[in-house]
Order: sequence, then C-alpha cells, then structure tokens
Amino acid sequence: MSNVPADLKYTKSHEWVRTLKDGTVEVGITDHAQHALGDLVFVEVPEAGRAVKADEACAVVESVKAASDVYAPLAGEITAGNPKLSDAPETVNSDPYGEGWLMRMRPAAGAIAAAGLLSAADYSQVLAAEGG
Amino acid sequence: MAFIPHTEADVAAMLAAIGARSIEDLFAEIPPSLRVSSLAGVPEELNEMEIGRLMSERAAQDGTPLSFLGAGAYEHHIPAAVWAITTRGEFYSAYTPYQAEASQGTLQTTYEFQTMIARLTGMEVANASMYDGASATAEAALMAVRANRKSKSARILVPTTLHPHYRRVAVAMASNQGLRFEELPYCTVEGVTLPASLGKYAGEDVTALLIQQPNFFGRLEDVDALTDWAHERGTLVIAVVNPTSLALLKPPGGWGSRGADIAVGEGQPLGVPLSSGGPYFGFMTTRMEYVRQMPGRIVGRTLDTTGREGFTLTLQAREQHIRRAKATSNICTNQGLLMTAATIYLSLMGPQGLTRTAAASHARSRELVAALVRTPGVRLAFSGPCFHEAVLLLDRPVAPVLKALAARGILGGLDLAPYYPELGPALLVCATETKTAADLERYRASLSEAMQAARAA
Amino acid sequence: MPTREKVIFEYSQPGRGASDQWPHYVGVAPLADLPAKLRRSAAPELPEVGELEAVRHFTRLSQLNFSIDTHFYPLGSCTMKYNPRACNQYAMLPQFLARHPLAPESHGQGFLACMYELQEMLKEVTGMQGVALSPMAGAHGEFAGVAMIRAYHRARGDLKRNEIIVPEAAHGTNPATATMCGCVVREIPVNAAGDVDLAALKAAVGPNTAGIMLTNPSTLGVFERGIEEVARVVHDAGGLLYYDGANLNAILGKVRPGDMGFDCLHMNLHKTFSTPHGGGGPGAGAVGVAARLAPFLPLPVVDREGERYRWLTESEMPQSIGRLSAFMGNAGVLLRAYIYMRLLGRDGMRAVGEYATLNANYLLKRLRDAGFEAAYPERRAGHEFIVTLRRQAREFNVTAMDFAKRLLDLGFHAPTTYFPLIVPECLLIEPTETESREMLDAFVAAMSQILEEARQEPERVRSAPHTMPVRRLDDVRAARHLDLTWTPTTQH
Repeated sequence: MSNVPADLKYTKSHEWVRTLKDGTVEVGITDHAQHALGDLVFVEVPEAGRAVKADEACAVVESVKAASDVYAPLAGEITAGNPKLSDAPETVNSDPYGEGWLMRMRPAAGAIAAAGLLSAADYSQVLAAEGG
Repeated sequence: MAFIPHTEADVAAMLAAIGARSIEDLFAEIPPSLRVSSLAGVPEELNEMEIGRLMSERAAQDGTPLSFLGAGAYEHHIPAAVWAITTRGEFYSAYTPYQAEASQGTLQTTYEFQTMIARLTGMEVANASMYDGASATAEAALMAVRANRKSKSARILVPTTLHPHYRRVAVAMASNQGLRFEELPYCTVEGVTLPASLGKYAGEDVTALLIQQPNFFGRLEDVDALTDWAHERGTLVIAVVNPTSLALLKPPGGWGSRGADIAVGEGQPLGVPLSSGGPYFGFMTTRMEYVRQMPGRIVGRTLDTTGREGFTLTLQAREQHIRRAKATSNICTNQGLLMTAATIYLSLMGPQGLTRTAAASHARSRELVAALVRTPGVRLAFSGPCFHEAVLLLDRPVAPVLKALAARGILGGLDLAPYYPELGPALLVCATETKTAADLERYRASLSEAMQAARAA
Repeated sequence: MPTREKVIFEYSQPGRGASDQWPHYVGVAPLADLPAKLRRSAAPELPEVGELEAVRHFTRLSQLNFSIDTHFYPLGSCTMKYNPRACNQYAMLPQFLARHPLAPESHGQGFLACMYELQEMLKEVTGMQGVALSPMAGAHGEFAGVAMIRAYHRARGDLKRNEIIVPEAAHGTNPATATMCGCVVREIPVNAAGDVDLAALKAAVGPNTAGIMLTNPSTLGVFERGIEEVARVVHDAGGLLYYDGANLNAILGKVRPGDMGFDCLHMNLHKTFSTPHGGGGPGAGAVGVAARLAPFLPLPVVDREGERYRWLTESEMPQSIGRLSAFMGNAGVLLRAYIYMRLLGRDGMRAVGEYATLNANYLLKRLRDAGFEAAYPERRAGHEFIVTLRRQAREFNVTAMDFAKRLLDLGFHAPTTYFPLIVPECLLIEPTETESREMLDAFVAAMSQILEEARQEPERVRSAPHTMPVRRLDDVRAARHLDLTWTPTTQH
C-alpha cells in the first residue's frame, strides 16, 4: 500500500495539497502517482506569477513510459515552482511529500473551500477502488 | 502461391490443430453480407521474370534525359557503397528499433546521423528524420508555436522565396491547428527577402520567421540581419537549408548573434536518388532547450546493466505511442533507411568530399549561367550571389522552349510561370558536380535552337 | 552476434578520406562570389575515413540488427512479412532512380502508368472510389484522412463537427492525428469480447461528431462484429468512418473497408504490400475515399486520358486539402508496392488474408496448448492475437518484457509488448502469411522453453537477454542524462 499522510488534502487525480503557515499551499503528486509513473526523468513546473484555474494543467511529470499532466487542485496564483526538480526529477520518486513538491500557490478567495479536496481517508478509498 | 510456403499437407495439419474444417471457417465471425467474392480489378499474377520485363520496359519509356532541374531535388554522385550497404537485409528489412538489444545497428547509425547533422547545421541536437524537407518545415512551424511560450499569436512569417511547395505543405499540415502563415514579399531586383520589408510587423506578436538559405531562386539571403531582427523581438527563427550548401555556407547555428532556433531541410542531396520525388528524408535540429518540443524519434547513448555503452530510443514520452492526443506530432514511421544512406554518404564524403561537391556544384552552375546568358533573349534575373541554381529571364514564354529542349533529350529547368507570374517568363536552372563542360555546352547549343523553334512556333 | 562497434568518429584521421568519391573539378576560384559573411568559417566536422573503413563499419553495424531477412519477427500490428527482393531491384532501375520529380509528363509515362495502375488496384482491394498516393507513412495518411473529413464537413457549412471518436485500444497515432487536425478526441471503451461498446458509442455521437477512427480487425486482434451497426450509428449522427489500415493484411481479398461502410482509409503499404520497414521507415500511407470525399484528396493524383498519363492540376481539384509532400510522396516505395501487387495478382491477394489468418490461428492454438492464456479465448484471431502473461507475472514474477527479451536470446524477435494498454502483461503476436509451419512450431518451442525457465530458473528470464550485443539498457539514464550526439569528450 502506498503512503497517504493524514495531514494533507488530496485530489482524485493524485495531487496532494499542504497548507503552509502563510496561507499559501504546496502541491505535489502522491506516492501512489510517483510509483505508477516509475522513475521520473523530467519534471516541468510552472513559472511564478501565473494565474491558474482549478483543474488546469500546469505541470508535467515524465517517466520513460508515461508523461502526465499535473492539475492545479484549486484556483490561484503560482508563487513558485520547485527549482530543484529540473536537475533532480528523481526527488519526486524519493520524497514525494517533501523535497519533491512541484509548486506553491496563493489560493484565490474561497478557492480552498470550492476545490472539494479529499481527506487522507477519502483518498485512500479512491486508491482502494482503483485497485491500488 | 507467391511468398506463401505452405504445402497442402501443412494446411491440412494446421487446420486439424485448430479444429477448423477449412480456411473459410476462420472467417466465420465476419458477416457474410460483407464478404467480397472477387477482385476483378486486380490483374492476374505475374512471375518475377514477367514483372522484370514489364518494369524494364516502363523504365525505358522514361529514358535518361540530361537534366538541369533542381528546385528542391538535386542530382549528385552517389557512391556505390551507399546503397550496396543500405539495402543489406539487416538494414532494409528491420523494424523500428523498439527492441534496443536487437537493433543496435540501426540505433548506432541513427546516433551517428544525429551527430553529423548537428555538426553540419551547427545546432545542438538532431532527430532521427522526418518525411521530407517540406513536411519537416511544417512540423518546425508547429514546434515553434510550442517552443515560443511568450508568443500567443501562432503567426508564422514565410518569405515567398521559400519553396512554393513547402509553403503549401506548411499550410496543409499546420493550419488546422490555428497557425497563420503570412507571406513576405521579395525584392524583384535581387531575389531576396529585404529586412526592411519586416517594418510593418514592428510591435506585433510574431511566433516565428522562416528563412530558406539558399532560397528557392538559389539566391543567398541576409540571414544574419533577418535572424537578429527576429530575436530582438522574441520571434523564433526556423532555418530551411540545403545540406550540401552547408559545406560552404554559414550553418544556421551561426546565423546572427544567437543562431537559428530550429533548422530543417531536405536530406535528399546526401546520397538519396531523385526517384520521382521520394523516398527522401527531412532532417530537423534545434537547441537542447527545445528538445522536448521536437517531434520524431531521438536516439541516445546509455549503459546496459553491465556498464557497457549502448544505444536506445529516448524521450519517447513526447511521442504518439505514449502521449497520444498530447504528443508533439502524430509521426511514427520516419525515413530511417534514407537516413542510413545519408550517414554512409557523409562518412564517405567527409569534410573534404562534401566541400568539393558543394564547390564543384557552385562552379558548374555559374558556368552554366555564364554560357546560357550568351544566348540572345536570355538574361540573369537577379543580381548577387547564388548557390548552385539561378533564375534566368527569357524574352518569350518558357514552356515551349522547355518542350523543344525536352524533345532534344534535355530537361532545361523549371518554368516559374505557375509560381511567380510577376517575374514574366522565368526559368530556374541548376547544375551540380555531375555535369561536365560538354553537358553545359550541349545545353547552350540546344537552347539557341529551342529559342528559335519556340519563336517560330 | 558480434559485440560493440566503435562510433565512426573514433576511426577518423585528419586528411584521410574516400577520395575516389570526390569531384576532381571544383572550378576556377569558384567561391570568389560568395561573401565572407555568408561563408562557413571551418569545414564541417564529419568523419575522415577510408572507403573500406566505412564499408566495414556500416556492414558490422548492420550485423547488430535483427531483421526479417535474418529472423522471425512476429511483431503484432506491424506485419513483418518477407519483402521480396524483386520489388527492390525493379524499383531501383536506373531510369526510375534518375527521374527528377519535376520532370515533364513526357519523360514519366512509364512511372505514371505504374502509379495510375497502383491507384486502381488499391481502389479495388479496399472498395473505395478514389485513391491518392502521396502520404508518406500511416500517420501521414491518417492526417490526410481526418483533414479530408474536416474539409468535407466545412464544405457543407457544418462547422462545429470537431470531435473524433476512437476506441480506447486504438493506436496512439489516432488520437495524435485528431489533435494535429485541430479536433478533440473522445475515447470509447470496448466490451469484454473485444467489440466496440455500442451503448457508449451511441452516447458519444452527436452534432459535434466529425467521425470515428477504427482498425478492423481491431488492435485486439479480433474482427469488429458490430461494424455494420457502428457505421449506421455514426452515419446517422452525421459523422464519417475512418479505417486505420494497419491490419488490412488480415482481410485482404476477403472483406473490403468500403463494403463495411468506411468513408475513408489509409493503407500502410509497408505492411500489407510488403515494402521494407528500413529500420523505422520509409513507409507509404496511401489514402482511399468514398465518392463524397474524392474532391478533397491530397495532391498529386494521377489521371489517364486515352493512352497518356498526367497529374491532375490544382485547378482541377480546387477543394483538395493540398500538398502533404514536396513532390510525390515516397514514389520509390509506391513502385515497390506496385511490383508486389502485380506479383501477387488477384488470387495472391486473397491468399494473403487467408494464410495470414491461418498462421495466426494455428500459432494461437499451439500456444494455448502450451499453457499460454489468450486475451480473447472465445474469439477467432484475425492475423494477430494477444497472449496475456498476467498469470506468469503473478506466479513467477516474470513479465511480458522479460519473455520478450529472452526470446531475443533464442533467435526470435519479440512480439509487440504492452500494447494495447488495456490488456495487462500482453504480447501482441502477428506471424504473417510468409512464415512456414516449421517456423511457427519453433517459436512455440521457444515460448515453452521460456515458460519452463520461468518456473525453474526465473532469474535467467528476468535478466535476459544474455547473448545480444548489449544487455538490457538503462532507459532512465538515457532520458535523464541526454547524450544525443557524439563528442570526443563524452564520458560515462
């Protein structure tokens, strides 16, 4: 079974969301997602300042056998893409919930509530239903 | 039956193993109403002796005229070894190298090809080939739209000095995705795109500028000024180049202060026969920063589980079999065998051979032009340097002159009337290293006669 | 097999070269008119090797390949059958090779006659009313087909039809083509028996439907039994049907796409009509159309007037989707396909579909008897079929990829692996009609041996191949540390 930390929120498309102290959020892909993709060889993160809508494709994670879009879990403005990943995409495999974060965002007003994010327990059920 | 080895005993034994009474039984899932009873429109079979006779007769019908046609396809000497090796079954009848361990020959050849093309164009990275120069140009325009993220317009500036067929292919292949191709006029005195004509685009969002060097008329464009103009305003530069000419001319990687962003071209001059238009191959190169926007297969060098070097297809996540609707292109099959021929050709020519070939072609075309303009009623269309082809202006329609020449076994060049009517009677002529002084003289003498015959007509 | 061959640049010696290949005459001061600022400053860094060195190098490289001429190559969906040598020899007659693409029709009657007859034969075997030969590969033909479908709707003022429906098991080129044509892709599922899910299709079609792209037999190796109903549903919704000709070999001479209700198709001449794959190309993706799409065919098209052959001009085809190649597409490939079709004749065409199907069903039966699981056990194979190794993967921890690599050791090219994506641990196997029963039996023996090894010594299978020029290659390293051109300082 893959690791699903209890303190994070999730999406059905396998992103996780961590609310930081300053009210911004950090976004990455889940342990399940990195495992399904396999060894990542390339990660493209969005530029700071970009405004994104919820569910808008804004990053790409690529392995040798697949490439997937990563969707914004909520509406807001990108405040940073993880600069480390261009040289070390494997960080997403080794530490998906920590050093392997993809982007930070400032949520639009009311965006967190509107996003319908899943709890760890709900996301675990999604994985169970997928056979994962 | 042709190429089917089965004996009657084989068929009986195989049907028995399957548990079917007849081969027909195997098609039982197909609705009977759909079955076809005969293929009357296909002739009866020929054996190899008969097809050999037929094809030899057909080939003889077409003859071997003395040709001064260029316009995107060029007659060059092809070393015998090129096709003797290329048609070895191990290259000829292999599939795409998806099973890398069983395809190291094709993969290493591709890696060597990528290296040679990158060096020839002065660019950082090349792919494993596109269909031809025209489709590579269309794909380059699509790639530029992906690569130039600051530009939102999908506007591509296309000089009318770019091969007219390339312009049409670009429109046919790329306009469905919303690209807009806007044509730039050329100077009718010099036959080149004038940087001054770009003034009207000041302050506008332009995604990319295409530049063909030498251009369709054989004339050399001011590539440095055009490239710098584009880069100063965030426009990418797509170079369309003749690979033979690159032995002499500045490679796209050296254009202007930053070099072209994408360089493509027709690979046919590198060891590929004219063959009525194909199979040829397109080459495509770019900067490393844009490699993930490049379509087509790419080979990389890596290590095996024991630490030995080997070659494999890489960056496949760009491609249709993985990325499907979001792939960089739908291209799958490329022109691998032609790329193989070109790699062998470039190895045999080397820097000296390719440079001599380019120089000899250039010299012969200059001598041809010098000889032909001695004919009354024939003059050079444009002033300024050319590479291995040039436009002549005639004082009478070109078509009847070409017809009279063809009757004498000479293909005198391309009538530009359908493409550039504003030039009046204009003829694009080409000579390469394959032409001798006697060939040029034969054309000159025949042209005088043909001009007179055309006037009489 | 031989092992590693040096990269050609490692043979290079300054001043060496195949000088017999170079022109002697380079003119008198030939470059004086080329301005310095447009000149190259140093000669291109190409290899400097002698002719014999080059010949040996590339001959050795060729020997590192598997090919049809050397190995059984049961690559599903790729139709790796014998490429008759006659097709190559007679397409490479000197006059054909020397003919310039812009040479006048007066100096191309022999070539044009072949092209015209090829168009006519392709119409006959597909049941189509028009054919154009210039698309240069299957995907290029797909592009032409979908572009024609779009042009057809637009010409009728039906501007909102921009959705292309594809089954989830479709070749990746189908959705990629739809995107290239500016369309939106809608995927629909197939049912447990491998047929299109008709309920899902009915729900998917509507006023935005441009068309559907189908392969038949499908990528699952089985004939789409509901094809007439599929055609009715799509046509009733105002859409058109596109036939992906990748599997035409299975039905050649038995059923015609035009009779199934398809409006448009491409043929992979490098599959069904046996032109060589050349290590990845060239192909040829001629397109065929029903009458209503004929005005939109890409140029050029060959026509006949009395005894003369000529190109149709752009003014004669004003609705054409335009040019897709600088000249005539892969003309030399088209000549090879023409020769192949003439060698087969009408009876030979029928035999292709029949014997390809016989070989596939025989091989499927023998593999099932040997303990392998068919993905669609209740169905007849078309010319190819899917074996799933999910049980072996579970029981022995040996994957389809491991089987594929071990087959290389035993002298067989691997089948297609992991396609279609909807069948786990799959091998897609296509023997083609040109293989003998003995070869099929030998393949079964090899598969049985690997199955036994998977039981007894699975590591031998997992670590395969053992006898190839290289062992399994590190694809992750290749993608993370891009080494795409050789430099003298490249270090590993």
